Amino acid sequence: MWEYSDKVKEHFFNPRNVGVLEDSNAVGEVGSLACGDALKLFLKIDPETDRILDVRFQTFGCGSAIASSSALTEMIKGRTIDEAMEISNRDIAEYLGGLPDEKMHCSVMGRDAFHAAVACYRHQPVPKEELEGELVCECFGVTDEQIKRVVEENNLSTIEEVTNYTKAGGGCGQCHEKIAGIIAEVRGQLAQERPDVSRARRPMTNIQKITMIQEVVEKEIRPMLQQDGGDVELVDLDGNRVLLALRGICTSCPSAGLTKAGIEGKLKELVDPDLVVEEVAG
Amino acid sequence: MNVVYLDNNATTGVAPEVLEAIRPFLTDRYGNPSSMHSFGGSVARDVTRARAELAELLGATPQEIVFTSGGTESDSTAILSALATMPERREIVTTRVEHPAVLNLCKHLARDKGYTVHWLSVDREGLLDMEEVRSKISDRTAVVSVMWANNETGVIFPVEEIADIARDHGALMHTDAVQAVGKIPINLGSSNINFLALSGHKLHAVKGIGALYVKKGTRFSPFIIGGHQESDRRGGTENVPGIVALGEAARLAAQNLEAENSRVRRLRDRLEAGLLSTISASRVNGSTRFRLSNTTNIGFEFVEGEAILMRMDDKGICASSGSACTSGSLEPSHVLRAMGVPFTAVHGSIRFSLSRYNTDQEIQYVIDQLPGIIAFLRSLSPFGRENLAAACIVH
Repeated sequence: MWEYSDKVKEHFFNPRNVGVLEDSNAVGEVGSLACGDALKLFLKIDPETDRILDVRFQTFGCGSAIASSSALTEMIKGRTIDEAMEISNRDIAEYLGGLPDEKMHCSVMGRDAFHAAVACYRHQPVPKEELEGELVCECFGVTDEQIKRVVEENNLSTIEEVTNYTKAGGGCGQCHEKIAGIIAEVRGQLAQERPDVSRARRPMTNIQKITMIQEVVEKEIRPMLQQDGGDVELVDLDGNRVLLALRGICTSCPSAGLTKAGIEGKLKELVDPDLVVEEVAG
Repeated sequence: MNVVYLDNNATTGVAPEVLEAIRPFLTDRYGNPSSMHSFGGSVARDVTRARAELAELLGATPQEIVFTSGGTESDSTAILSALATMPERREIVTTRVEHPAVLNLCKHLARDKGYTVHWLSVDREGLLDMEEVRSKISDRTAVVSVMWANNETGVIFPVEEIADIARDHGALMHTDAVQAVGKIPINLGSSNINFLALSGHKLHAVKGIGALYVKKGTRFSPFIIGGHQESDRRGGTENVPGIVALGEAARLAAQNLEAENSRVRRLRDRLEAGLLSTISASRVNGSTRFRLSNTTNIGFEFVEGEAILMRMDDKGICASSGSACTSGSLEPSHVLRAMGVPFTAVHGSIRFSLSRYNTDQEIQYVIDQLPGIIAFLRSLSPFGRENLAAACIVH
């Protein structure tokens, strides 16, 4: 049994702004029947002021999905689009007095539906991360861009947290390696932006650095790529430039860019945040 | 608020007779049945009587009963014993719809111990294909583990027939009968079943007690090694209150089996018919021909199970759901998925499981309350009706 806050229960039993808005000029839809939850958000936006005049929702899902949807509508009503775009999934959860960890994806769904509706209003068919991202979790249809954003915004560090927030990895589990790579990549970037927060490192000699890189490539990266029929080889190290050759299926894979970024994230995290990966012809 | 308890496949209330039977063992008669003094030794006679009562319910002999801590321990003991006593055989045959006690043990044995596990599939009604069963059991099979009745749907498997096939190949037969014992007649004396697992709290005894039936002549390797209790088959001081509770619960079950079955079946059928006739787009999951008399699993399309349960809870009604959200995992019930229940219904599946303590008034109350709950949640749902607005309106 979930420990829901009184506010979650209150919004579940008495949801606000339920239904369809006949004269809406923006509709955002996320989730699906197969995934177990879905939210359809209808907005009426004043084209002069960009203010949200009215809002309705329809939700298929559990108690916290319905409560999160209801809370979202209360939070955005009367605000301008720009103001409402500032609302994060965390804000929705806080408004509700918190959500169980495993239910954080409900708040993410609320935020995503609103962003989808705004994209619709602004004639951008779908938010960028859903269009451009590469599908990571096939079970729940979650892309790398969505995962990256949630990891960044919520400062997540484990696969389990990513699953709680996006559902990614909550099905067959085959994408766990990829999710780990994305976390490493994002956190590598975070570490780079805030060099002093991550652990202090002693300067390494080139030979130490090469040994460590080789070890990470062998233990962390190659097994992951080999699962998908690819492979990678360390060619050289030039200062902080790691020269790698992608092999097998990786060479022709459209997500080779992502693979490279994933490897770079891992190496930044585990060896040295200053490393840059470059692909060379093998 | 009165509670209408329709979640008896999860656990049951302790029978008043059981509570009375165990009271002395929680107060004055706290002796250890293995002691030499009569204060303790006299307790051994109560353990013996409980063993006999349970054996009677199963059509077994008292020597074939090993008391354990519950269903999960019994399942682990049986399967690991079979593998230990038949080291030359490295294959297990089981079903995709087992309780996690068997399912996850077999997954572990496949992944970490190198055993080959054959997972039997089920059809849309949740039934096994006997041709497939025959094709998977071979001379390489150490143990066949098939549940007697499914906890989520109540569907009953022909385990005695499967035990005959296992015997023909020299394999051992185990059945997780946690949901079946006390609900359907069982006569192990005339079967080829080697192991049977049962749990006390599913038949109005207490939690923390269970038993494993081990057919006479079946080689056995203990799971818990310690003292000489249970004829060296399960170490540890006897859980006397639990054992006495299970014995009394077995006696009550044997005594009430037939009358109770017909009464509970009538209530279940009334509930099922009442819900299906008043709630559109609802369906029974699982065979209605081969099914426990106390269970019905109904899928309400286009709504989600946890939301249904929360609203039922608000009305004092207890049941379970196979939906993803209630389990803490993100995927709905492995049983319903194995049966190919359509995704429009799988998330909104509710299991109602009755007991001898349910009444006509309670069933009527549920039939009165459920339609409003489902209708409200459907009014929130974007699915199941013509969408009134286009997905993205260009202004």
